[in-house]
Amino acid sequence: MNNSAANTGRVLWAGLRALLVLTVVCGVLYPLAVTGIAQAALPWRANGSEVKDASGTTVGSALIGQTYLTDGKPDPRWFQPRPSNGLGTNSVNTRYRLILSGATNRSGDNADLIQWVEAAKAAVIRDNSVNGHTVKPSDVPADAVTSSGSGLDPHISPAYAKLQAHRVAARNHLPVTEVDRLIAAHTDDRVLGFIGEPRVNVLQLNIALRDAVEGRDVVEGRG
Amino acid sequence: MSPVLAGVLQLLALTVALGLSYRPLGDHMARVYSSDKHLRVEKWIYKGIGADPSVEMRWPAYLRGVLAFSAVGVLFLYLLQRVQGALPGSLGFVSIDPDQAFNTAASFVANTNWQSYYGEQAMGHVVQTGGLAVQNFVSAAVGIAVAVALVRGFARSRTGELGNFWADLVRGVVRVLLPISVVGALVLVACGAIQNFAGIHEVGQFLNEQGMGGSQQWNGGAVASQEVIKELGTNGGGYFNANSAHPFENPDPLSNLFEIYLILLIPFALTRTFGRMVGSLRQGYAILGTMAAIWLVFTGLMMWTEFAGRGPAFELAGGAMEGKETRFGIGASAIFSVATTLTSTGAVNSFHSSYTGFGGGITMLGMQLGEIAPGGVGSGLYGMLIMAIIAVFIAGLMVGRTPEYLGKKIGTRQIKFAACYILVTPALVLGFTAVAMALDTPSHSMTNSGAHGFSEILYAYTSGANNNGSAFAGLNADTQWFNSTIGIAMLLGRFLPMVFVLALAGSLAEQTPVPETAGTLRTEKPLFTGLLVGTILIIAGLTYFPALALGPLAEGLAA
Repeated sequence: MNNSAANTGRVLWAGLRALLVLTVVCGVLYPLAVTGIAQAALPWRANGSEVKDASGTTVGSALIGQTYLTDGKPDPRWFQPRPSNGLGTNSVNTRYRLILSGATNRSGDNADLIQWVEAAKAAVIRDNSVNGHTVKPSDVPADAVTSSGSGLDPHISPAYAKLQAHRVAARNHLPVTEVDRLIAAHTDDRVLGFIGEPRVNVLQLNIALRDAVEGRDVVEGRG
Repeated sequence: MSPVLAGVLQLLALTVALGLSYRPLGDHMARVYSSDKHLRVEKWIYKGIGADPSVEMRWPAYLRGVLAFSAVGVLFLYLLQRVQGALPGSLGFVSIDPDQAFNTAASFVANTNWQSYYGEQAMGHVVQTGGLAVQNFVSAAVGIAVAVALVRGFARSRTGELGNFWADLVRGVVRVLLPISVVGALVLVACGAIQNFAGIHEVGQFLNEQGMGGSQQWNGGAVASQEVIKELGTNGGGYFNANSAHPFENPDPLSNLFEIYLILLIPFALTRTFGRMVGSLRQGYAILGTMAAIWLVFTGLMMWTEFAGRGPAFELAGGAMEGKETRFGIGASAIFSVATTLTSTGAVNSFHSSYTGFGGGITMLGMQLGEIAPGGVGSGLYGMLIMAIIAVFIAGLMVGRTPEYLGKKIGTRQIKFAACYILVTPALVLGFTAVAMALDTPSHSMTNSGAHGFSEILYAYTSGANNNGSAFAGLNADTQWFNSTIGIAMLLGRFLPMVFVLALAGSLAEQTPVPETAGTLRTEKPLFTGLLVGTILIIAGLTYFPALALGPLAEGLAA
C-alpha cells in the first residue's frame, strides 16, 4: 500500500514537472517567438489591419465590420452591413465596453428569426426603393437579411452592394454609375477563382465613397 | 462560377493538399515514434521532467503516466483561472468562478474545448497563452501517444511493453506539433490573424456614432499562435466567442481552407504512420479509405442540405446564410462544419444551430460515429481501430472462426475491452441528455423550443462526451448544472476509453502472432473497408437513431 502511494506520488510529481516544462516551451517560448517574427515581418496584419482614411485618421479594421448609424438608425448615406443580431456586450469585467462576437443561434423554424428576417427584408426594400427605382423582394440577397456567424462580418455580397447603389447615389448626389464603379472597384473575387465567395468590404467601400463625395464638393466649391 | 461548383472545387483542392502531405507526414511520424535517438532539446526536457525516456512501460505504467499528467493539467488550469484576477498580464480580468473554471479545465485537458465562457471578455493573456494554448498542444500529444501505444500493441509480440509515455508526449510536441504550428501561425498572420500582446484598446470608427464615442474597443492577443494549434491539435477552443467565424481568427477564404486542412492533416496522416509501424502500408490504406469515404459522403450531404436551405426563415431569406460569413459562403462553411465534427475539433466558422435541420443532424451524427472519420489526433485512429476489431469480430461470427486482426487473436478479453470502449460515450450522451430533459431547470437554458430545443441539449452532451466541443450555441451552458455535468462527461468520455485502449494494447502486445492462413479475413481489401463502414453506421445508428429522430430528424422533416 505504502509502496503504491509512493509510486503515485512519484508519477504525479513527474507529471507536474512535465507540465511546467512544456508550459515554458508551448506557452511562453512559442507564442513569444511567433509574436516576434510576426511583429517584425507583418506588423500591420499582426496588429489588426487598421485602415486610415484620406486625412490619416484610423477609421477601423479592414477585417472587422462596424455599424453606420446616425441617431441610432442606419445612415442612408453609407453602405450598410449585414444585420448583427447575435452581437453582444460584455457582462463580466464591465469597466470595458468590449464587443462580444457571436451568432444568433436561432434555428430555421425559430419565431424570432422568421420575424427578424421579415423585418429586415421589409426595411431593405423600403430604404432602397428611391427615385422611382423599386426593389423587388426577390432582389434581396440572403446576406442582407441574416446575421453572420461572428456578427462582425466586414463584407456584404456584391448583390447587396449593388442593391444599395441607387439609395447611396441619391443621398450623396452622385450619379449611380459612379457608385456602381466604386462597388466594382471594391469587389473581391474568389481567391484563385474558386476559394470563398465574392464580397465587398463595406468599410473600404464607404471610405472610397466619402472620398468621392468630398472630391465632388471641392469641385463644386471651386465652381 | 456557381457557389456549388466553387464549393466542390474547394473540397477537391483540400483533398489534393491532404494527399500531398499524407506520405511525408505519415512517414515522419512513424520515424518519430520508432526512433531511438533523442534531440538535444528533448534531453533537456527529460532532465526537467526527471524521466528516463528509454525505459519501456507496460500498459498500467503507460496509463498511469497519461492519467497523472492529465490530472495535474486539470488542477493547474483550474488554479490558473481561479487566480487570474491577481495575475499580471491578464488585462485586469477577474478570476473565473469555480464551476466554470472546472468545466474549462476539464474541457481543455480532455481535448474537447467546450467553452461556456466568452473568450474575449473572460480570459486574459496569461490564461489563454500559458494555460489554454498549452493544453491544446499537450492534450493533442497525449492523444497521439495513446494511439501510437495501441499501434505498438499490434506491431509487437511476446512483450507487454508499449513504449515510454514521456518520450511519446515530448516527441509529439517537439517534432510534430510545434514545427507545423510555427509555420502555420505565420501563414495565418499573413492572412490577417492578429498576433500581439496589446491590452484592450480603442480603435477609431468611420462614423462618430452616439454612445460609441467614435470607436470600438478590442482585445489584443496571441491569436494566430493559438488558432493554428487549435485546428492542428483538433482542439477547437476559440480565442474569441465567435471562434473561427471571427475575422481575427479566420480572416479570409484562404485562411479558412488552410484551417480545414490543419484539422484533417494529422488524423489522416496517422493511418500511414499506422501502416508503416505494423509493417503493411495497405492496412493503413484500408483504414484511410474508410475514413475518407465517410468524410466525403458527409461533406457532400452537408453541401446538399445547406445549399437547398430548407426551413421557414431560410426560405424567406433566400438562403441558409444565418450564422455564416460572407467571405466563406455556404460551400466553405459546409466543408468546415463536417471536418470539425468528424474530428474532435469543434471549432466553427459558422454556427451549427442555424444550420438546416438535416445539416444540424449531420454535425451530430458525425460526432456520434465516435469521431473516427478521420477523428481527433490520435483518438481518431484508436477509435477506428476499435471499430476494425468489432468488424473482424462480426465477420468471425459469420464464418464461425476465431477472429484475428493484424496477426493478433481477437479473443474474449480483447472484445470485452473493445465493447467497453464503444459503450462509454453513448452511455454518457444518452444518460445525461435524458436526465437533463427530465429535470426542470436545464431546459431554461434553451434558446429555441420544440425539436430544436431538445437538439441543443443532445448536441451539448454529444459534443462533450465525444470531446468535440462545438455547440448548438443557443444553449446557455454557463450554469452549475451544465458546467458540472458536461465537465464530468468530457473527462469520462476522454479518459475511460483510453483505459480500455491501453489495456487492449497491452493484451495484444503479449500475444504471439498467428500465421496468416487461407481462412484469414483480408483486412487490407476493399471488402473489409465496406464491412467497416457498415459496422460503424450500424453501431451509431442503433445507438442514436431514437434520439436523433426526436431532434434534427423531426425538425428536418417538418421543414
